Amino acid sequence: MNKAILTGTLAMLTVAAVAKTTITVKGSDTMVIMAQRWAETYMTAHPDITIQVTGGGSGTGISALINGTTDICDASRPMKSSERDNLKSRYSSLGVEIKSAKDGLSVYLNDQSPVDELSLDQLKGIYTGEIKNWKDVGGPDAKIVVYGRENNSGTYVFFRDNVLMGKDYTSTMQSLPGTAAVVNAVSKDKFGIGYGGAAYGKGIKFAKVKKDAGSPGIAPTPETIKDGSYPLTRYLYMYTKSRPTGELKAYIDWILSAEGQAVVQAVGYFPVK
Amino acid sequence: MPSDSKSIDPGSDAAVPVPAESPAGSLPGGRPVSVLTPKPSEPNMSANISESASGKVPDAESPANPRPGSGNRRVLTMGKPLRLGELAIEKSIQGVAFVSLLFITLIFIFIFKEAIPLFGSGINKAESHATVEASETYGEDAAAPSKPEAPELAQKASHFTPAELGGKTWQPVSLDPKFGLLPLFLGSLKVTLIALLIAGPMGIFAALYTSNFAPMWAREGMKPVIEILAGFPSVVIGFFALVIMASVLQNLFGFEYRLNAFVGGVAMALAVVPIIYTVSEDALAAVPKVMTEASLALGATKWETALFVILPSATPGIFAALILGFGRAFGETMIVLMATGNAALFTPHIFEPVRTLSATIGAEMAEVVFGDIHYRVLFFVGALLFIISFGLNATAEFFVRTRLMKRFKGA
Repeated sequence: MNKAILTGTLAMLTVAAVAKTTITVKGSDTMVIMAQRWAETYMTAHPDITIQVTGGGSGTGISALINGTTDICDASRPMKSSERDNLKSRYSSLGVEIKSAKDGLSVYLNDQSPVDELSLDQLKGIYTGEIKNWKDVGGPDAKIVVYGRENNSGTYVFFRDNVLMGKDYTSTMQSLPGTAAVVNAVSKDKFGIGYGGAAYGKGIKFAKVKKDAGSPGIAPTPETIKDGSYPLTRYLYMYTKSRPTGELKAYIDWILSAEGQAVVQAVGYFPVK
Repeated sequence: MPSDSKSIDPGSDAAVPVPAESPAGSLPGGRPVSVLTPKPSEPNMSANISESASGKVPDAESPANPRPGSGNRRVLTMGKPLRLGELAIEKSIQGVAFVSLLFITLIFIFIFKEAIPLFGSGINKAESHATVEASETYGEDAAAPSKPEAPELAQKASHFTPAELGGKTWQPVSLDPKFGLLPLFLGSLKVTLIALLIAGPMGIFAALYTSNFAPMWAREGMKPVIEILAGFPSVVIGFFALVIMASVLQNLFGFEYRLNAFVGGVAMALAVVPIIYTVSEDALAAVPKVMTEASLALGATKWETALFVILPSATPGIFAALILGFGRAFGETMIVLMATGNAALFTPHIFEPVRTLSATIGAEMAEVVFGDIHYRVLFFVGALLFIISFGLNATAEFFVRTRLMKRFKGA
């Protein structure tokens, strides 16, 4: 949230100084750093264009798009059908979806944990509270300490829909604000487990994820995420009201170009192509 | 949050000799807390004059706070030529007081306005129709390997009833959302009580020390230092608790969950000590010196005097300090958000993670869909916190105003 405020202030400072073509980008906190890098790099090459980037969350960005206060909305989850309905009733358009980057959702374990791989079913059991002890998934006889993201994050919803298949998280899950907090908690907790974006931290390791009990465990690496063999990948989206034209189109084309996708890799996500 | 300034008026008929200095402390954030007592030789009227002359804004300027002695002011201005400059200053101060009052009222109205539709009939839980066709896509490479997206899971349609707020499960972002506030309420209460159990004795005894035993240099040093602690950003305390304190306490007590209500309570105590200290120090210093002198003259030792004479006579003030501390701890967001683990459990154990009311607002408000039930419930939680802290402040005010002062007057 602080990041969002900071970006907001920066954006306001930028807008005060110029009166050129302005593109506004608003949305996901997950994507805000990447969006800023894109904007910075693009603006150096095109000094006549100003790009304002604001965070606030995927939901905030989508409602800004619906209210017409932003040109591009960043979202770490696909638009919900209710949101598309809103957009349609306002602009008689369903919006245009641009897959701008790929992200692998990692499962973190403490690096002292003897468990290395977990199947999707086991993850579901752990996060819904059916599996409470590490010995049920091939570990020591100890209680599993479950960490997750706050329910305002796109990651929370993605994990719920794709791993828990829509079931509720166990109420013993400790929800922490931000990936860094989850990584930090797991690194200090020998029996901890957490999930989040591809992050780097001392004291944690990434669990290999198995699609089902029989298939091999796959670690989240740039290759497995790019080719889709790692089971927990998601797209990071950008939405516009209608098919982009003019400067907006040039900017989006640049993001999808090799140059724009290099920025994606530089901030730790994965290119779509 | 304790919000209003607290000024204790001795009333116009105070005839008790009191200490020469009138102690005045200050709560964090510049809220003045002053315990003013008239000088022994002067009549009360001049006490009021010296108060205005020393640059303090008399409480009587606030229209919401008419105090018993305010009639004096009118008497004082009688027969004096009207000075325009003074009038302007008086009016602008009055204006400022009105504006702050207006702000509080507006916030109050806003919060309640957003929460009230919850109790009307027209709200249904968001229902999603899975029939809408997909958005157009742009810039996609047909050749790129892409896995089919999981279909959007349909939300259960149901009607929200206010009775759900009394449930024991908090799962607002779910396909079947549950808005039970009981675990959150219990969580707030647990953390607050732990914080008070630690900060209460610490703050009160530190105040007793500085007001009765400390040599001048220690007193001069301690008060500002403890008050600096109040100015500490709570996010710093929270981070300290999350990274360092939690590990230390876990090694010490060996609890199963690293982040829990106890860790949050200990961290919260750091934020609450300064409030309890400042307010009880003021109450202790306001105890008339005659009582100390009489006790010492009767042969009691310094400790006996402090524990059995001064402390009991300042009880209402100390009680007020505890209530203000309670209010601060109940409303504090950042510390609990970082240090308690935020799991909405409905259990009595203090070594398990908890989720508090304030942390829930802090964590969820940013992403909620505006006008949704979830949004309204969060505003309802805000209104609840508002009412609780309002009630606590009023109670504290009442105790200081009536009990403490009556006790000194009747002595």
